[in-house]
Amino acid sequence: MTRLLRSPKILIGLCLSAAFGIVAIIGPLVAPYNPNASASTTISTPQPPSAAHWLGTTQVQQDVLSQLLVGGRSTILVSLVAGLVATVLAVLFGVTAGYFGGAADDGLSMLANIFLVLPALPLLIVIFGFLGKGASPNDLVIGVIIAITGWAFGARQLRVQTLSMRNRDFVDSARIIGEKSWRIMTFEILPNLIPVVATSFLFTVIYGVGTFTALSFLGVINTSHWSWGTMLYWAQSAQAAQQVHLEWWWFVPPGLAVGLFGTGLALLNFGIDEFVNPRLRGAGLSGRAARRAGLPRRPQLGLTPVLRSARRAS
Amino acid sequence: MNSSDILISVRGLCVDYGLGDEAVHAVVDADLELRRGETLGLAGESGSGKSTLAYAITRLLRPPGVITAGSAYFGSSVNLLTAGQRELRGLRWNEIAVVLQSSMNALNPVLSIGTQFSDVLRAHRPDMSRADRRARSGELLEMVGIPADRLSSYPHELSGGMRQRVMIATALALDPSVVIMDEPTTALDVVTQREILEELMALRDRLGFAVLFISHDLSLLAEIADSIAVMYAGRLVERAGASAVFRAPRHPYSLGLLSSFPALHGPRLAMEGIPGSPPDLRSMPSGCPFHPRCGYAFDRCRSDPPPPLLDLDADTRAAACWLQDGREAVPAELARTAVDAVPADSGGRA
Amino acid sequence: MSREPRTSIGRCARSAPTSQTAKTPIKHSRRSRRRARPALAVLGRVQAQESKQAIAALELQYGVLTKTGLWGQYVQYWSHLLHGNLGTSLNFYPASVGGLIRAALPWTVALVGVATVISFLLGTLLGVAAAWRRGSWLDGLLPAMTFFQAAPYFFVAILAVALFATKLGWFPPNSGYDTTTLNPGLDWPFVSNVLDHAVLPAVTIVLASIAGWIIGMRNMMITTMDEDYVLLAQAKGLSSRRVISYAARNALLPSVAGFSLAIGFIVSGALLTEIVFSYPGVGYLLFTAIGSDDYPLLQGIFLIITLAVLLANLAADFVYAFLDPRTRQEA
Repeated sequence: MTRLLRSPKILIGLCLSAAFGIVAIIGPLVAPYNPNASASTTISTPQPPSAAHWLGTTQVQQDVLSQLLVGGRSTILVSLVAGLVATVLAVLFGVTAGYFGGAADDGLSMLANIFLVLPALPLLIVIFGFLGKGASPNDLVIGVIIAITGWAFGARQLRVQTLSMRNRDFVDSARIIGEKSWRIMTFEILPNLIPVVATSFLFTVIYGVGTFTALSFLGVINTSHWSWGTMLYWAQSAQAAQQVHLEWWWFVPPGLAVGLFGTGLALLNFGIDEFVNPRLRGAGLSGRAARRAGLPRRPQLGLTPVLRSARRAS
Repeated sequence: MNSSDILISVRGLCVDYGLGDEAVHAVVDADLELRRGETLGLAGESGSGKSTLAYAITRLLRPPGVITAGSAYFGSSVNLLTAGQRELRGLRWNEIAVVLQSSMNALNPVLSIGTQFSDVLRAHRPDMSRADRRARSGELLEMVGIPADRLSSYPHELSGGMRQRVMIATALALDPSVVIMDEPTTALDVVTQREILEELMALRDRLGFAVLFISHDLSLLAEIADSIAVMYAGRLVERAGASAVFRAPRHPYSLGLLSSFPALHGPRLAMEGIPGSPPDLRSMPSGCPFHPRCGYAFDRCRSDPPPPLLDLDADTRAAACWLQDGREAVPAELARTAVDAVPADSGGRA
Repeated sequence: MSREPRTSIGRCARSAPTSQTAKTPIKHSRRSRRRARPALAVLGRVQAQESKQAIAALELQYGVLTKTGLWGQYVQYWSHLLHGNLGTSLNFYPASVGGLIRAALPWTVALVGVATVISFLLGTLLGVAAAWRRGSWLDGLLPAMTFFQAAPYFFVAILAVALFATKLGWFPPNSGYDTTTLNPGLDWPFVSNVLDHAVLPAVTIVLASIAGWIIGMRNMMITTMDEDYVLLAQAKGLSSRRVISYAARNALLPSVAGFSLAIGFIVSGALLTEIVFSYPGVGYLLFTAIGSDDYPLLQGIFLIITLAVLLANLAADFVYAFLDPRTRQEA
């Protein structure tokens, strides 16, 4: 476990994710202003960062920082819900399909294939359009709907892993003892799939935040519901990036927030990958030790290194 | 015996995995000599360092392997340890070829056999035309008993035995002087094993290349090798002619290995094997690495540093055992001569 | 997934249920909404005094008042479809949906096609290099690329506009070409103008999608370089380039297999990019359709996008079979 923490990727990933987790929890509480409140009705251009507004204001003089903090909770919550629900679905469908095989496998595989191929964004646009622009679905519902489009990838991975595990001895012996199928799946197979599940979860959360932000940006989801995507919607409507005096403080913070959040999760994913597949870690000779011994830092295939001392003596 | 006959000479080679305090000493102080046309068997359990030694000599050891001491020469002029990429490339396959254990992974799955042959020929014989290469590839396949029209097949379309034959044919493509074989038949069924070994030996007799044959099967080596070197925990513990090792071992480990193989003929005997298991290379016992499992161990085995290979019998054989240093009384089992009838011998062996 | 059909026919047959399913959600959501609205909406736009008969005719055209009901309309839609008729747009009345899409599609296909190819090739090459030369500066590229992958497409687009168009003025910030001065044609001024306008959107798509290829290829190469046949290739004295290709040919397979997943994301991202750049492709069309509740247009676009993705998947399947002889069916 401690070895996990030694990887720089995991550390940075954890820090970033934790930071955003904190934002999600306390964000709206520490926001200096109400994100809807206009500081002034006379000024009609966004103001750059100042002492009163650390990240400046929008065109209608709303505080960008407050919008960022309040919107953070919504964005992160939706993504997490999406990730969670999608992972649960993926585990349910993937492990079941892999374990039982036959007709169940065929049916579930076809279902997953359909969802994999259907382009998610247009489908979600249709669904949310159907719900109506007037309606303001709460974060949980949004998360669940996004999850419906995001479970198929994880399900496929879990199915493959389950298939390879189904014929192993420990599963066979459990079956011979007479354990019920669901017990075998939950207590024998699932514990071995934890790295895959973790990776799948993180991946889906990244997918969730990207999709939610996109939907808000398009204005498909109620635009008065504060989220990072909504901020970008308003910024784009006001052509913040096209102005000669670039209103960078309006569109950079929300985009950066989404990017960093996603990066943190992606780094965690890489870290888990490296942990599971040791070959992806450093090649065994740490840089410092190698340099001290006079060896090339980069391992070269087919050219086993020889210590400087040995080279000289031979 | 001319010194120009010596193809590979290794002195005091030490190979580690990793660096510094955590380094695992996989090979310690290895001395080896391979002469032209000679078949040298390298015997030992898994983890004894035999593969590590062979790969280290040719600089093919994967990271985190490092060569920490010693020397290795090809012929009298090429220093294998200081040779650069280009020099090694010229040497590789031209003079030294390798046959790997599992042919499952040794052939590129997305290229046809013909392409893989052609790659080798093109890399070393750039003046060969495509027709020539094709002809030569066909020749090589026929040499190992595969019809030449199989050149267009992919590795997954061939059986295990055929794949291994292809590997052997590839190894002999450039008429090398040394072929290193790393347990080439272990992954095959017994019948195929026998067939391939016989073909191998026929090819060796015909083409005259030297072989470094790595195997854990001492009885097999006794059959095909001229001389055998036994390794244990990274060290060479015995080196002698094949029949000498087989009939009259001098090291307790060799003796133990031999009594682990049941004979096909002769009276029924209780199998002994060797009690215990090989040591963890990261925490070696003091003194001789074998002493915890050795029935003949005495104080010196524990207290003194591990014994080096001591020359016996006018330099034709050596054993790394304090019993053989001339000061101790050697037990009868370790002092046989090749002439003595050895009851555990199976008929039909060397 | 399970037992991938080995013949091309099998693969085509597999795609059929998916396109079927693509139509169903839209059908139900669209048709079950207030049906009278579409006709009135059109009338409102046309702003003409229509007689009752005209209204009835319009409603007939949109299938609102027919007695066939939901299922009948579904069948009717299919039959129209097979004749190449996707319906008439509400917003752009009387332009047909098919015509609108046909005008916008080439822009999108060209942009996405070229950008994806560049992204795949460049990403794969960089991945191979990063794996072969581990520990070099290429390793530092990965976190930056990861960030661009995690940031939403349209954010990268906005950044590109902000930096290269607004600040530096190197490239135009929107449109497919300069509509005020040029007319479409195969002359150089038009073509160069098109290219000029296409650079930023293409760069956005490449930047936002390349990290996946790089990292995927790098990881797979590292795993593949551990295989025996790669070591043996070195032992055979083959040139470095040949050894790399031995590894890369095999490491490429998962990337191609994962292409179908990637193309879905790229298409979604490209749509968003078009919106930011007001690029006259299908994405921008979709945006206007959303904004104006143009259901027939939305339906048509959704269908076309799904078909395009399906086609791309089929293509990827074929390429995979070409690259991996193990999947080809024995004659």
